Amino acid sequence: MDREKIIAKVQEIFKDILDEEEIELKDNTTANDVDNWDSLTHILLVVAIEKAFKIKFTSKEILSWKNVGEMIDSIQAK
Amino acid sequence: MLTFKELKRNLKQDTINLPTIKVALLGDTATQFLAIALKGIAIDKGYNLNLFEADFNQVERLTMDPTSDLFQFNPDYTIIFQSTHKFLDKFGSTKPESRKNIAEERLSFVEMASQKVVGKIICYNYPEIDDTIFGNLANQIEESFIYQIRKLNYGLMQLAQKHQDLYICDLSSIQNKIGRDVMFNASIYTSTEMILSIDSLPIIASRTIDLICASKGNIKKCLILDLDNTLWGGIIGDDGIENIQLGHGLGIGKAFTEFQRWIKKLKERGIILAICSKNTESLAREPFEKHPEMILRLDDIAVFVANWDNKADNIRYIQSVLNIGFDSMVYLDDNPFERNMVRENISGILVPELPPDPADYLEFLYNLNLFETISYSSGDKDRTQQYQLEAQRVFTQKKFTNEADFLQSLGMISIVEGFTKFNTPRVAQLSQRSNQFNLRTIRYTEGDINKLSKDPDYHCFSFTLEDKFGDNGLICIIIMQNKDHNNLFIDTWLMSCRVLKRGMENFTLNTIVEYAKTKGYKKIIGEYLPTVKNLMVADHYPTLGFEPLNENRWVLDVDKYKKRDCYINDI
Repeated sequence: MDREKIIAKVQEIFKDILDEEEIELKDNTTANDVDNWDSLTHILLVVAIEKAFKIKFTSKEILSWKNVGEMIDSIQAK
Repeated sequence: MLTFKELKRNLKQDTINLPTIKVALLGDTATQFLAIALKGIAIDKGYNLNLFEADFNQVERLTMDPTSDLFQFNPDYTIIFQSTHKFLDKFGSTKPESRKNIAEERLSFVEMASQKVVGKIICYNYPEIDDTIFGNLANQIEESFIYQIRKLNYGLMQLAQKHQDLYICDLSSIQNKIGRDVMFNASIYTSTEMILSIDSLPIIASRTIDLICASKGNIKKCLILDLDNTLWGGIIGDDGIENIQLGHGLGIGKAFTEFQRWIKKLKERGIILAICSKNTESLAREPFEKHPEMILRLDDIAVFVANWDNKADNIRYIQSVLNIGFDSMVYLDDNPFERNMVRENISGILVPELPPDPADYLEFLYNLNLFETISYSSGDKDRTQQYQLEAQRVFTQKKFTNEADFLQSLGMISIVEGFTKFNTPRVAQLSQRSNQFNLRTIRYTEGDINKLSKDPDYHCFSFTLEDKFGDNGLICIIIMQNKDHNNLFIDTWLMSCRVLKRGMENFTLNTIVEYAKTKGYKKIIGEYLPTVKNLMVADHYPTLGFEPLNENRWVLDVDKYKKRDCYINDI
């Protein structure tokens, strides 16, 4: 799957889980840029992304992402 | 079952009109998501949870220190959730020779907590982790983790039998049902300390709130069943008794046999069974009378309705015979059209969306945990018979033109007693189940009843009722509180609706006034606290000759009281 499609799909998941319509994800987007994206909702996002892409992140990955770009890298690498 | 996301959304609802319950959640892992799920399920069931979330891993300190925040919060329910993971960790850090005592240690903590904590305790039991250190041999090695965890779970059951305010929420059974790999997500646990997977939270929260609902009297009492393709395979009217699928010979008959077995066990536990089927009555009854593989027989069924009227009307009729609320009924039918019809026309009744394959019925229903209860007494299994007797009484009454003659013909006898260790389970149960004839709807557990029976400021009465048709058992409770040496306050007056219109109200009032007189009291004060279900007794006190005191209260002058007519004899 190409990167843009992945970002678009992840963006939909963010909107759904965070209950926010106005989310636009870019590679350099961080938790500080998005309302309601805190350590708790992060877990919900992780679980939802795992389900949507039928993948499993390692515990190291979950803790390591600094921005959306790195998260997308992890998805792409699966 | 709602998803976690939907539960989280529930929290945005306005809960101002919902009754509030104070719950403390004490865990040794991160419980933020569990807290959200608990609140979300509670809203779904009509309660607002005022939740005290303890700081991480403070279980022991909070429960042992009477000055802690927990005691200040004064919860109605305290959930103790100590995880198997932390227990495994503790096990590992214990010296090998001491490991065989580790279950006992934890049990003595829970026992101490149940003595100290006020209100009810809901203790989560321990889903098993097999660390495979001993392989299968763990089953015979006391120092193995599996041995200790099973001992712990068994010990918790024994503790709960002993401590009346301790209830176990069975996480271990949930894990057995959904599987450890669904219940636990290792990567999430490692990165967050959260032990329960997002997908398992709704079912765990739901099982927890089930307990709270049951202790609030919110329980299912009656199971109404369709016949064709629900209780047996095929259509009795078309296929005939010899061709319906039932038992181990024909087609998928085994599924229906096992399903009936389950229903029979519910009946034996005290759930009332009724039949509601579109059928010719004689044909519908035939398998119950003659089919060798039928598990359910006519005497298991309290009300049998088979005709060609619509099902909603028939269920209304069943309700009128049983005199219980629609919200305490469950209706099972294989036909989606009928299910929708009943759901849309009868508010409150629960109609599960049965899976299309009858082979899946049982596992599907196990998931729903429909018949939660916090009490059980051995008399429960006779409940069906009592409803059948009631049907006979109704039939006999038609032969009398005069009500007094009818009541006299019944030869009614009542045993009046205080609360004893023999009747305490039934008294507590009645206090939790009665909704309609219940003046103040105060719920008492066995523990509460025990305390009341020993408190010199409380005067407690229980009443049974027996007549020529049979014994109704213990059907009425009165608890009176001493306000001062002149005044008695009726804290609780409730009665089973099985014995309405027999003059039991007159008999009980005669009894308590007589008692008040001998103790030198001058006035008896009664109060009516309205709920959505107890309108039936709104005029209870004025009807019995009490004078109005203020909006909800009435008073009776003991010395001016004239004994009321009744046809019940005391023994």
